[in-house]
Amino acid sequence: MIQVENLRKAFGEIRAVDGVSFTARDGEITGLLGPNGAGKTTTLRMLYTLMRPDTGRVLVDGIDSAADPLAVRKRLGVLPDARGLYKHLSARENIDYFAQLQGVPADEGARRREVLIDVLEMRDFADRHAEGYSQGQRVKTAIARALIHDPQNVLLDEPTNGLDVMATRRMRQFMRDLRVAGRCVLFSSHIMQEVAQLCDRIVVIAKGRVVADESPDALRLQTGESNLEEAFVKIIGSGEGLAA
Amino acid sequence: MNVSLVVLFKEVRENLRDKRTLINALVTGPLIAPLMFILIMNVVISRQLSQAEAPLGLPVIGASNAPNLLEALRQQGFDPQPPVADPIAAVRDRDAAAVLRIPGDFGKSWQKGDPAQVELYYDSSRRDMQQPVNRLKNMLERYSRLNGAMRLVARGFSPALVNPVVVDERDQSTPRSRAGALFSILPYFFVVTVFIGGMYLAIDLTAGERERKSLEPLFANPVPRSRILLGKIGAICVFSVSSLLICVTAFTVAGRLIPTEKLGMDLNLGPAFALEVVVLMLPLVLLIAALQTLVAAFSRSYREAQTYLGILMLVPALPSVLLSVMPVKTAPWMYAVPLLSQQVGITELLMGGSMTAVQVVTCLLCGFVTAALVLAVTARVYGSERLAISV
Repeated sequence: MIQVENLRKAFGEIRAVDGVSFTARDGEITGLLGPNGAGKTTTLRMLYTLMRPDTGRVLVDGIDSAADPLAVRKRLGVLPDARGLYKHLSARENIDYFAQLQGVPADEGARRREVLIDVLEMRDFADRHAEGYSQGQRVKTAIARALIHDPQNVLLDEPTNGLDVMATRRMRQFMRDLRVAGRCVLFSSHIMQEVAQLCDRIVVIAKGRVVADESPDALRLQTGESNLEEAFVKIIGSGEGLAA
Repeated sequence: MNVSLVVLFKEVRENLRDKRTLINALVTGPLIAPLMFILIMNVVISRQLSQAEAPLGLPVIGASNAPNLLEALRQQGFDPQPPVADPIAAVRDRDAAAVLRIPGDFGKSWQKGDPAQVELYYDSSRRDMQQPVNRLKNMLERYSRLNGAMRLVARGFSPALVNPVVVDERDQSTPRSRAGALFSILPYFFVVTVFIGGMYLAIDLTAGERERKSLEPLFANPVPRSRILLGKIGAICVFSVSSLLICVTAFTVAGRLIPTEKLGMDLNLGPAFALEVVVLMLPLVLLIAALQTLVAAFSRSYREAQTYLGILMLVPALPSVLLSVMPVKTAPWMYAVPLLSQQVGITELLMGGSMTAVQVVTCLLCGFVTAALVLAVTARVYGSERLAISV
């Protein structure tokens, strides 16, 4: 479970995140929806302790990220906005590297790696060097290495960005599987349909603030719109920076 | 396994698969300098030798005015060439290294016992022509002294009369110290090798990783950044030490290929020297790796890092250049200054001297302390938020 309380982060004059609070629960998919530049990535970066919040705090499974960032990172699987691979290493080697950094025992890591390679359908390229991977192959490898330590909480920054239709469908199914396994899944997106389809809970962010934090049904009720996409546009005030 | 070692092994393994890094660290970096060195030294030495032994051929104007003088010069290895019309133009246009002109009244002055004049045209600003000019001057001088002595003897005087002071030269240079003076550029080669050996890795592991957007996921792992930094520095050191070892080995081989003994020099580039060099260089290996990483962490891109490091590479040349322009006596404090201590230490070893234990310890201790300070600064920069963000 991830609890976010009143996070603020400014870069000079720009208030990228301006008082964000929400909770992402285990066994649920929580979507962070907002137009490009709304502060989604900065919020996630504070969650996985890459950045320090100016004020506010983050609790991951009850652990304060400011007090014990290493313990927090151990409980997180992160697909950041930056998802570069090591191009002279194969997918397997890329994954093994992160397994070692996470402190996963070698045999356990190898077993998990093969499971992930199967689940993410990576078998036909797993031993090729990452140089020349397609966008989809890169994202799959980045997700596999992020989840190699079987984390309770999974953070995905725009996970379907740049994926083709088939890969996007598989990615969404993968997130549903994580929910079934009782994980806490938090992902960011600027695609309304994706959020509407997947999420148990939707946190809408605009200009660094949370403008709605509801279940899809509650959102429809609140705005009086039967169509979720209409509801999003109504809440944010414009559809700019969003994708259907 | 220790996470720093995990990082180190991964970086070494990945970069062993990168041809450009490999060629730079293990071939061009360490071998260019020794190769250039062998080539240049061989050319220099064989030229000096051939100039010293070959007959000296220079144009002579008015050779018939002094047949005896010419015969005496011929016996000393002089080979008179046909006269040129304009000696000044010949020297200026580099058609001749020097031109000897014997005026028509040479014989008359000689007969009268007056100083008989010959003219030597040359250009003292042309260093490469100094040797033939000096050789000819010496030949003329010898002829003049010999005849002067004979004239004195003919008049019943001792030739010693005109030499009230005699200089007995006692050159304290040894064959090895003469070689050392010639080879004082060596320490700089070693520093540059360490620098080049680690440079591509240093750029790649920080600026490159950020540019390829793999630094952010790396930092999402539950590992302190300082440990990651240590692993990366370690990997850089593995490459730069390999470079250094190859370079030192190459110089050991090169020492045998350079015909220094023909110049009366003795060059000891043996295994003992190689080992001492490597030990003295160890603090610099760490210091340079930390400095390069610091620069790479500050740079916004791979290219920017490359530019800055290119400039930084000139810094180690400073002690070499300074010491060759104004040779000063080696002072104890010099062993406390990294870079300078390696320069004076290795030069001392080359000259056949040895370093005292105090000097070695000072050199290593001050070097490692400086490296640790730079490492601490680098770790601070590594901990900053903006480091990981790839824009």
